Amino acid sequence: MNLAVKRRLPHVAAALGLLVLLYPLAWLLATSLKPADEVLTSLDLWPGKLEWSNYTTALEGVSGISVGRLLGNTVLIATGAVIGNVLSCSLAAYAFARLRFRMRGVMFGFMVATLMLPHHVVLIPQYIVFNQLGMVDTYWPLILPKFLATEAFFVFLIVQFMRGLPRELEESARIDGCGPFRTYWSITLPLSRPALITTAIFTFIWTWNDFFTQMIYLFAPEKFTITLALRSFVDTSSMSAYGPMFAMSVISVLPIVLFFFVFQRYLVQGMATSGLKG
Amino acid sequence: MSTVSTRSPASTDPDSAPEGGAPQRTGRRRTVRDKQWPAYVFLSPWMIGAGVLTLAPMAVSLYLSFTDYNLFDPPEWVGLRNYTEMFTEDPRYWRSVGTTLLYVVVAVPLKLAFALGVAMLLKNLGRGRSFYRSAFYAPSLLGASMSIALVWKALFNDGGSVPEALGWIGIDTGGWVGNTDLAVFAVVLLTVWQFGAPMVIFLAGLQQISPDLYEAAALDGAGRWRQFVSITVPMLSPVVFFNLVLETIQSFQVFTPAFAISGGDGGPADSTNFYTLYLYERGFTASHMGYASAMAWMLLIAIAVITAILFRTSRSWVFYADEEGGR
Repeated sequence: MNLAVKRRLPHVAAALGLLVLLYPLAWLLATSLKPADEVLTSLDLWPGKLEWSNYTTALEGVSGISVGRLLGNTVLIATGAVIGNVLSCSLAAYAFARLRFRMRGVMFGFMVATLMLPHHVVLIPQYIVFNQLGMVDTYWPLILPKFLATEAFFVFLIVQFMRGLPRELEESARIDGCGPFRTYWSITLPLSRPALITTAIFTFIWTWNDFFTQMIYLFAPEKFTITLALRSFVDTSSMSAYGPMFAMSVISVLPIVLFFFVFQRYLVQGMATSGLKG
Repeated sequence: MSTVSTRSPASTDPDSAPEGGAPQRTGRRRTVRDKQWPAYVFLSPWMIGAGVLTLAPMAVSLYLSFTDYNLFDPPEWVGLRNYTEMFTEDPRYWRSVGTTLLYVVVAVPLKLAFALGVAMLLKNLGRGRSFYRSAFYAPSLLGASMSIALVWKALFNDGGSVPEALGWIGIDTGGWVGNTDLAVFAVVLLTVWQFGAPMVIFLAGLQQISPDLYEAAALDGAGRWRQFVSITVPMLSPVVFFNLVLETIQSFQVFTPAFAISGGDGGPADSTNFYTLYLYERGFTASHMGYASAMAWMLLIAIAVITAILFRTSRSWVFYADEEGGR
């Protein structure tokens, strides 16, 4: 009897922990469906009456820009960032993992060091450059850097993965006359799929969640992302708009939740390997 | 690391090195080394990025930190004035340093303790482990978003769930968001809520500790606590160290939650005016780009010094069972 209790205990603890952990998400969903008068008076998680109009209000968006447009803008930026990161980071990673060249150690060391670099040190000069190029209030400052492998985290992640790949295939490809570009494109890249998928998903989610860079570079409401719109929604509306505000919040985290459900295996494994193979 | 140590000659004539036949090739694991230029082609995006978007901006922001610059007029050299103002005449700067340090010192150990504790719990869970692993991980992905920061603000506000729940058990805190002592802890708890990412890393680390070690210890009569102290802690210490460095560096740069919870101004009374918030305010709201650059450089130096200290102390507590970094 004592043993049975003991064996159950971890399961009970895990389940209770999960309830506490998921409470904020349940609260978000519940509040997004509550009528205005219930939001501030009732702590009940279950709304007394489902107020779907919160969502219709939220879908109208902010400053006349519909949520569809805002989501489209965000998807556009995130997709650009994903393509940029996967391409440029895998190119650099292949060189670091597989090719010999002068200054390789120095460059690799510099790349690893930039993992620790606070973004703020380069923020202002980058802003000045983009400002002078006339790119402020466009999506270029949010996408262009991703095509230049500025996110060392992903270069590092892919390098670690490629180093774990068997060399035999690449060797035989080379003996068959494959140059480094062919080898990279037809052998190494397909084999690195898990690392590339991890890179793509994290890039998408981080870009989606990003607020600081978007706030600095984007001003025109029609170019807003969903995060910027949410923030200006908060600024312009009163407490009575709590329901629609959280309805919009639900809409804005929905893509991340979907990504999580579809790709959780890659996310969890990517996290685990990036930490261990260092 | 599986690199080959033979250096390639500085210049290799492609014609004299026919396919597959460099003379000194002996090892089975030779890689392409005949020509160097393809490597630079592969690296060119990264090299441009490193030069134009990292190194040059670092130099420029160092220069700007010695100037007065508002983005429109040319920068005006002021020597060390930004730094002396920061250190001696700006109490708000020190307040932001204090807030950020308090946050880092409380949030990072708490988050890692939760991550390790839950990883230990899940390690022996058997069925349901991968479900819980994924479920506990989910907040790490959502926590950085504006939406969750807004939820947090509502939960910790006056009349929100957290103060109400604490009231039921007789602890009357009132709203945290408007309280100068408690507001920062709302941000701390949002960080701790995202313990899933280091937890996943801990769990992977725990699973690589050989069960033989525990069996041998149990045979020698070691209890669970003793096993934890003498096996788990040393074997896991490299992973603890990795997480500690990573989380510390990230925590210094926290922005979105503090911005959202304070409504963008670091309030009440600067109690959530984190370093990055203040930097943003001075640089982009008040157009003191020179001052903000000086702040950015101080942040870089602080992070470098703290990372160096962590590496230094790691020699005495991080245990590497296999110097090759085996798996």
